[in-house]
Amino acid sequence: MKIPMSWLSDYTDISGISPEEYNHALTMTGSKVEGIENIGDSVQNVVTAKIMSVEKHPDADKLKVCQVDTGKEQLQIITGADNVKPGQIVPVALDGAILPGGVKIKNGKLRGLPSYGMMCSYEEIGMTKEDFPDAEYGILILDENLPLGKDIREVFGLNENIVEFEITSNRPDCLSVIGLARETAVTFGRPFSVKAPEVKGAGDDISNYIKISVNDTDLCPRYSAKVIKNVKIGPSPKWMVDRLKASGIRSINNIVDITNYVLLEYGQPMHAFDLNYVSGNEIIVRRAKDGEEIVSLDGETRKLDSSMLMICDAKNPSCIAGVMGGEHSEVTEETKTILFESANFFGTSVRRTAQKLGLRTESSARYEKGLDANNTIPALLRACELVELLGAGEVVDGMIDIDHSDKTERRIAFDPAKINAFLGCDVKEEDMVKSLTALGFKVEKDEVIVPSFRADVEGFADVAEEVVRIFGYDKIPSTLMRSETVSAVKTPKQMAEDKVRDILTACGMYEIITYSFTNPNLFDKLLIDKDSTLRNVVKISNPLGEENSIMRTTALSSMMETLARNANFKADKARLFELAKIYLPVEGEQLPNEEQEITLGMFGACDFFDLKGIVEALLLGMNVGKVRFVPLTDDPTFHPGRAAELYIGNEKAGVLGQIHPAVCDNYDISGEVYAAQISFEAVFGGAASEKQYQPLPKYPAVVRDLAILVDEAVLAAEVEEIIKKKAKNLFAGLTLFDVYQGKQVPEGKKSMAYSLTLQSDEKTLTDEDTTGAVQEILEALKSKLGAELR
Amino acid sequence: MKEQLLNIKEEAKKVLDAAKTAQELEDARVRFLGKKGELTAVLRGMGQLSAEERPVIGQIANEVRGEIETLIETKKASVGQQERMAKLAAEKIDVTMAGKVPQMGKRHPLTSVLDEIKEIFIGMGFSIAEGPEVELDYYNFEALNIPKDHPARDTQDSFYITENVVLRSQTSPVQVRVMEKQKPPIRIIAPGRVYRSDAVDATHSPVFHQIEGLVVDKGITMADLKGTLETFLKTLYGPEAKIRLRPHHFPFTEPSAEVDVSCFVCGGKGCRVCKGEGFIEILGAGMVHPKVLERCGIDPNVYSGFAFGLGLERVVMRRMNIDDLRLFYDNDLRFLKQF
Repeated sequence: MKIPMSWLSDYTDISGISPEEYNHALTMTGSKVEGIENIGDSVQNVVTAKIMSVEKHPDADKLKVCQVDTGKEQLQIITGADNVKPGQIVPVALDGAILPGGVKIKNGKLRGLPSYGMMCSYEEIGMTKEDFPDAEYGILILDENLPLGKDIREVFGLNENIVEFEITSNRPDCLSVIGLARETAVTFGRPFSVKAPEVKGAGDDISNYIKISVNDTDLCPRYSAKVIKNVKIGPSPKWMVDRLKASGIRSINNIVDITNYVLLEYGQPMHAFDLNYVSGNEIIVRRAKDGEEIVSLDGETRKLDSSMLMICDAKNPSCIAGVMGGEHSEVTEETKTILFESANFFGTSVRRTAQKLGLRTESSARYEKGLDANNTIPALLRACELVELLGAGEVVDGMIDIDHSDKTERRIAFDPAKINAFLGCDVKEEDMVKSLTALGFKVEKDEVIVPSFRADVEGFADVAEEVVRIFGYDKIPSTLMRSETVSAVKTPKQMAEDKVRDILTACGMYEIITYSFTNPNLFDKLLIDKDSTLRNVVKISNPLGEENSIMRTTALSSMMETLARNANFKADKARLFELAKIYLPVEGEQLPNEEQEITLGMFGACDFFDLKGIVEALLLGMNVGKVRFVPLTDDPTFHPGRAAELYIGNEKAGVLGQIHPAVCDNYDISGEVYAAQISFEAVFGGAASEKQYQPLPKYPAVVRDLAILVDEAVLAAEVEEIIKKKAKNLFAGLTLFDVYQGKQVPEGKKSMAYSLTLQSDEKTLTDEDTTGAVQEILEALKSKLGAELR
Repeated sequence: MKEQLLNIKEEAKKVLDAAKTAQELEDARVRFLGKKGELTAVLRGMGQLSAEERPVIGQIANEVRGEIETLIETKKASVGQQERMAKLAAEKIDVTMAGKVPQMGKRHPLTSVLDEIKEIFIGMGFSIAEGPEVELDYYNFEALNIPKDHPARDTQDSFYITENVVLRSQTSPVQVRVMEKQKPPIRIIAPGRVYRSDAVDATHSPVFHQIEGLVVDKGITMADLKGTLETFLKTLYGPEAKIRLRPHHFPFTEPSAEVDVSCFVCGGKGCRVCKGEGFIEILGAGMVHPKVLERCGIDPNVYSGFAFGLGLERVVMRRMNIDDLRLFYDNDLRFLKQF
């Protein structure tokens, strides 16, 4: 909402308040000022001057040498314009002048002759063709009676401060000059008054012109109207045009301008019908019939339905109630008789209609917030007053006012002590009463009566807000809650999330955060099976684009995209992780399960065992026992020979491995990429709650090396399981330190060299003890895996 | 014989004086004192001496041995010292060369700052609550006093799954879920992702993070809200930070406020970052609307409370001087490594 400050002064006194003060003070009482713009700031040092003589430039056919009088001095100015003649008054930009767009004017020479400034066209001083519809091409010729040397901003009223407010949706009353003048007055403690409009009238009677009926009073609580006859359509006076323009509204003609002027001033949308085009001299306010159509003022044909309220004549819809008028009954140059409508419509209905038609207007934006039904008549009379003031027509006596609005006064208990207790402030009762009264409330004993234009004030808390915003938010003291101690610790799950991040960052991984909605093509890019349950997703019905249209069921694609992006940025290696939410639809439930996936991704100077090592470090750090890795050969996302499933107990907790080169191709990454997806919930669930102390060993450990020859298909996990089992309670550690295939190893076999640590917590092991244990292990390896000692 | 012994002593003194290494000392020990050494060779001839001479010569021989041994020990210590010094000198390195930094990763800057914020609130007795991101329209809007067709819905263009299910456009639905389950006293923050249908640019993202706060108890005042936020913002931005509350409107709080913090670039004087205002808008807050309390089964005549919500990205951008929100979600390592 933009309004010129001078308009406010019609209703209150703003003298002696600087724009900066105004900005701050209104913002602090709740009418946020976005900015104050002085429209004259962009035009500086441009004055009126009289052309004394015009001569041809001796060295240029198209230039003219003019002598002008600014009232203070005579200046020579060279111009290329054709329309200059001696005796004309023109705007002259003097040396050092600033023009819109930051253009600076300096003295200079044109084809050898000095020029001390520039004569301006209307465009050069920031005006438009609309401001000067009759101006010819070239220099702007001004009224010959203007004094010389007058600042051009004063000539055109450009010296106006325009305030732009950000009005919150609960305050439609402040979408008006009067509403903001009231706020201004209360803020600065200045007087405020609205003079009742005075309409002389021209006799006659409205009933000779129109009959109005409201069929759907639920959507139209009030409909007020007056008729103007002998209308003289013409331009509006400059003061009105200027005010409308400052508020961002283009002048059309006097009648349309009056409706817009009243809209801004009173916050009440108005509409003018050309009565000549209202069929049957009848207006019916009713819901549209399905299939009816209207051509709105913007020339579009709109299809209507029975939820939309229409202002109709005897035959057809003539206006979309509260949204936009129809072309058919539009006010034109030929209009002779008009009907002014000032109505109150049900906000929700206007909002829905505007949404359905994709047509949001100044009018609908106000109606949808809920307007005051008591405002229709003052606004209507103001419009008629302006008609008489502008000589735009004769106001027919009588008024139609069909009023079904709720007239109940809203009364709220007024308890200053309770208000202060709620705010934690100490506002004096008399100050509360003063603020409330100035805002239009009535305070009667222990009750506040809410004015009809403040539908947003419904209860105690709203009254408290009115009190405190005028008292000043900056005067509220700062205190801390006095209440019993509330325990504040993170939940075990929240602590586990922190720990996952601690461990992974300690392992050299960088955390990433990616969008949780993604592209449905990710399943194909990851080569995920057509019938995979992952493809069952939560879909967004109004996505920004296909690429963000589903909630992810796997975070691997986001990881791949991030790896690809970093590869593209020439990173030679990447170590990334995300603690990512995934969204898994649940049959029969409205909301999906939201689970967390720990995604790891890496490329550059790494192999499968770097990845697995980090997974193991994570599980170890999270105190997860009973972990198994099982070869995964048939997951199309992964390399068939370099991937594993992770089991925690008997539950599958994740996958890890090298990404299949075909998948890498789909993400445009070359080289080996390793990734893991691990269920956070499984890790959290598998974590032993607390670590228990194990007594330190009392007896020395014995280390034995075992080198065995096995089939190459034998897995380390199989070998290790047998060793562990057979070493029983003497087992104290096992490291695979060499795997060898080649010379001296038969084809199809591999050599595995382990270092086994044995230790007893009962005694120092003798040679026989260890040899016996190792012998038992070797026999088991031989019988179960065909392993030979090397 | 006595002469021979004294000669050996003199010779040994000479040799040991000249010795410079541990090896030369050892060689000397073997030469003079070893089993086949010179002293032993002389002593072998003791048998030919008379009974009177033997103890005399024996004593001299022992004295000579003792003196040579002492000499060797003394010399050993000084030679060792020299050798160590020579070794240390040879081992000199350029300590200004780069250290071998262990490979450490880092938390995402959004996580690090969120961690800090959580710690501040935990210190003030707040717990951390969570709620779903795919949320019922009821919790995201209706229970927060934003019925269908409310104009306030315009300011939060939301993503819908179905008519009744929405991607939460704010963390405020967690307030309602907490109040439904837990009776006062309540003191929580609820950080998390929120979604709005905004096209991506330097200051907008369709996914971003908010941190919701909620306190409900008997006798909670608006002054408590101000004090809590002041404590929080001063801890986050430093003790010089000033805060400013301005009236505003949110459907689920009454009175409502927008909260500004003094610009940490200019400290309140006005600069380019704060557009000359000296303050930067940082969060929205207010007293929980009585209708919201009521809907959650909390009697507004007995209890009152306040709530606030702040945008994490905005806080981090201000804090770390980041000028483009997209950087958070691009996850460029050159960006991530900076924090």
